Amino acid sequence: MYRIVNKKSLNSTVTLMDIEAPFVAAKAQPGQFIILRVDEEGERIPLTVAGYDRAAGTVRIIFQIVGATTAALNARNTGDCLQDFVGPLGKPTKLDGLKKVCIVGGGVGCAIALPIAQALHDAGCVVSGVIGFRNKDLVILENEFRTACNSLAVMTDDGSYGEKGNVCAPLQQLLDAGETFDEVITIGPLIMMKFVVETVRPTGMPCTVSMNPIMIDGTGMCGGCRLTLNRDGQRVMKFACVDGPDFNGYEIDFDEAASRGGMYRDFERHAYEKTCNLLNKEVR
Amino acid sequence: MAAKVNMTPNKTPMPTQEPALRARNFEEVAQGYTQEMALGEAARCLNCKAMPCVSGCPVNVHIPAFIARLREGDFEGAYQVIQQSSTLPAVCGRVCPQETQCEARCVRGKNGQPVGIGRLERFVADWHNAHAQLPCEKPVPNGHKVAVVGSGPSGLTCAGDLAKKGYAVTVFEALHTAGGVLVYGIPEFRLPKFIVQKEVDNLKALGVELRTNMVIGKTLTVDELLAQGYEAVFIGSGAGLPNFMNIPGEGLKGVYSANEFLTRSNLMKAYQEDPATPISKGGCVAVVGGGNVAMDAARTALRLGARKVYIVYRRSMEELPARQEEVEHAREEGIEFRLLTNPTEILGYFNPDDRRDERNGCVMGLKCQKMELGEPDERGRRRPVAIQGSDFILDVNTVIMAIGTSPNPLIKSTTQGLEVNRHGGIVVCEETGETSRKGVYAGGDAVTGAATVISAMGAGKLAAKSIDEALSR
Repeated sequence: MYRIVNKKSLNSTVTLMDIEAPFVAAKAQPGQFIILRVDEEGERIPLTVAGYDRAAGTVRIIFQIVGATTAALNARNTGDCLQDFVGPLGKPTKLDGLKKVCIVGGGVGCAIALPIAQALHDAGCVVSGVIGFRNKDLVILENEFRTACNSLAVMTDDGSYGEKGNVCAPLQQLLDAGETFDEVITIGPLIMMKFVVETVRPTGMPCTVSMNPIMIDGTGMCGGCRLTLNRDGQRVMKFACVDGPDFNGYEIDFDEAASRGGMYRDFERHAYEKTCNLLNKEVR
Repeated sequence: MAAKVNMTPNKTPMPTQEPALRARNFEEVAQGYTQEMALGEAARCLNCKAMPCVSGCPVNVHIPAFIARLREGDFEGAYQVIQQSSTLPAVCGRVCPQETQCEARCVRGKNGQPVGIGRLERFVADWHNAHAQLPCEKPVPNGHKVAVVGSGPSGLTCAGDLAKKGYAVTVFEALHTAGGVLVYGIPEFRLPKFIVQKEVDNLKALGVELRTNMVIGKTLTVDELLAQGYEAVFIGSGAGLPNFMNIPGEGLKGVYSANEFLTRSNLMKAYQEDPATPISKGGCVAVVGGGNVAMDAARTALRLGARKVYIVYRRSMEELPARQEEVEHAREEGIEFRLLTNPTEILGYFNPDDRRDERNGCVMGLKCQKMELGEPDERGRRRPVAIQGSDFILDVNTVIMAIGTSPNPLIKSTTQGLEVNRHGGIVVCEETGETSRKGVYAGGDAVTGAATVISAMGAGKLAAKSIDEALSR
C-alpha cells in the first residue's frame, strides 16, 4: 500500500498529493509517469510525475478531478493509502544540452511542465515560461514557475488574471521578436498542444509534446496508448507508454489522438456522476 | 491386481455448459469429470512400458504413474506424482494443447481416441485443490537468493522449483496481480482466476515473496537486482507489444489489440456488472487472426453481448493455428469463421455536418478481400494470395487485432550485454536457459515470442535446474 503523506488543494478542481513510494521516488525523472489504482476494484490511471523527493521516498502527483477515479482519489486524505502505485514509466524528457528553452503549459499540464522547467533552470538553462488557464480561480503553481523561469507570461482565457488570451499569443510574440529556442516543450490539453505546434512550425525549432492517451498496463503490453505519427510521408504507430510520453510535436496526429481519447466519454460521464453521488452520500 | 482395461475407443466426453447458455456467461465452459468419469477414463490407459506420452510432455509429467494412482482411487497420490514435474497442474489440465503433446503420442490414439490425459490431470488437480491443505512446512533455507521477473507460467514454475529446494525467491510482477497471461489473457470461462490464485498461494506458502507493481527495466533493473545480492535472475517477462496490420483505420474508436480487449475484460474485470474499467459491449465484432488468443477474444466479445462475432483469417481452416477444441467451442457458440479473408481497411463514421457528433471516428465496417492459397512458402505453408475484385465490407463496429506480439523493449534496453535475436527475443543457451549475461536466465514468450503456457513452464523448469546447479556448485 502507498500512503498519502501530504494533500493540498491547488484550486477547486486540482489537487496535489505526495505519495510514499520509495522505489518510484528513487528513479523518477521529469516527464515520466506513474499508474495508480485507488482501491481493489479501481481502474488503472496514468498520471505524469509532478515532482519527487528521493530522500523522503515520496512522489508528487497533481491531478484534475475529471472523472470517477480522480474523484475517488480526491476523496482520500493524508494518512490514507492507495492500492497500487507503479513506476516510473515512460522515457524521461530529454534535457541534456539544452541552453535556451520555452516551456508552454496549459491547465493541469502546468503541473508536469513545472519539474521540467525546474530541472532546466537548475542545469543553467534559460527558461521562458508561458502558462495558461481558463480563469483566475484555476491558476496553479505561478510562484513556482516564476522561480524556475527567466521570464513568465500568465494567460487566462477570460482575462480575469494575467493577460487575456491563449498561450499561443505570447509565444508568437516571442518568436516575432526573433527569439530562438533550442526547443519548445509544451504540455496541456491536446488542442492547445496542437496549436502550439502550429505556432512554432514555421520556425522549424524542435517542438516536444507530452501525450497522455488512454492506457491500461503502461508497460508495453496492451497497445491501448498507441498514437499515429506522420513521419517522412509514412503513418507510423508508436506507443506512449514505452516510446513516449514525449514525442516530436510535428509528427503527432492530434485529431486522431483527440478522437481516441473520447472513446469512453459516455461511460466516463456516468461513472463520474455515480461516484460523485456516492461520495456526497458518504459526506452526509 | 490386474485391473481391467476399458477398451472403449472414444474418450469419456467432457461435460460442458450448453453452447446457447455459455455464450452469454463467463462461467467455465468445460465443467470437469466426475469421480466416476475419471475412473472410467483412467481405465483406458494401457500403462504401457514405452510411455510415449511422457516424452510428449514439455515438463515430462510421469503420466502412466499418475493415472495408475488415480485408478486405485489414490487421488492425492496421483497429484503428488504430477506435482513432482509440474507446478501448475490445474492450469495445464485446462489450457495445454494435449492433442499435439502427450495425447498425440498415446498408443490408444492409433486405434481410436487417445486417453484424455489433460482431463484426468484437471480432475486430479481440482480434487487436490478442493481437499488438500496448503503446505504448512517450508523447505529448509539453503541461504541463496534468486530473483524471478514476471509471475506468468514460466516465472511461477521457476520460483516454485527453486523454493522447494530452499532458495529464497522473490518474484517481481509489473501488474497489480500475479499470474501474467493466466490472469490478463486467458478468460475466466477457460481458466477461472481462483485457480491461478490458488497456485500463487501455494507458492507463497512455500516462502516465495511476491512483489507486485515492480516493473523490471524501470522500477529496478536486472543489474540492480544482481547488485542487491540476488545470485541469479530469471527473466520471464512474457510477450510484448501487440502487432497491428498497418492498414488504414487502426486509430479509430472501437479498434483494439487482443491484449487490450482481454486485459480490460480479464484483469480489469470489465465483464462484471458495473465495472470501473470500460470496454465495448454488444454490436458486431470482427476478430482478426486465427490463434488461441483470437478465439479467446471472439468468445469474450460474444459473452459481453455482441450480436455477431466474426473470426477473420487469411488462410483456411487447415492452417488455422488455434486448438481444435477452442475452434469447436467457438463454432458451437455461434462465432462465424470468415476464412481466406484478409482485411484491407477499417472504415470509420464521419458526419460532415457535425464535427462534434460523438459517433465521428467510430468503426463502422471492415473492408476485406477474399484470398486463395498459392504456392507453399519456405516453411511449406501455402501463401494466401488476394483475389482481384473480391472486396467486400463486413458490417462491424468493433475490430480486435489478434495477430501476435513483438517483444517488450524494457528489459533489453536497460540490461547491458543482454543479447537478443533479430525478432527481439532474448537469446538463451538451449541446454541451460542462461542468457549472454552470466547468472541471468530467461524463458517463456520473452525468449520464444508468443507460445504456449506449458512450453513457458518447461523453460522455467529448465532455468530453475540450471540455477540450482550453478549455485550449489
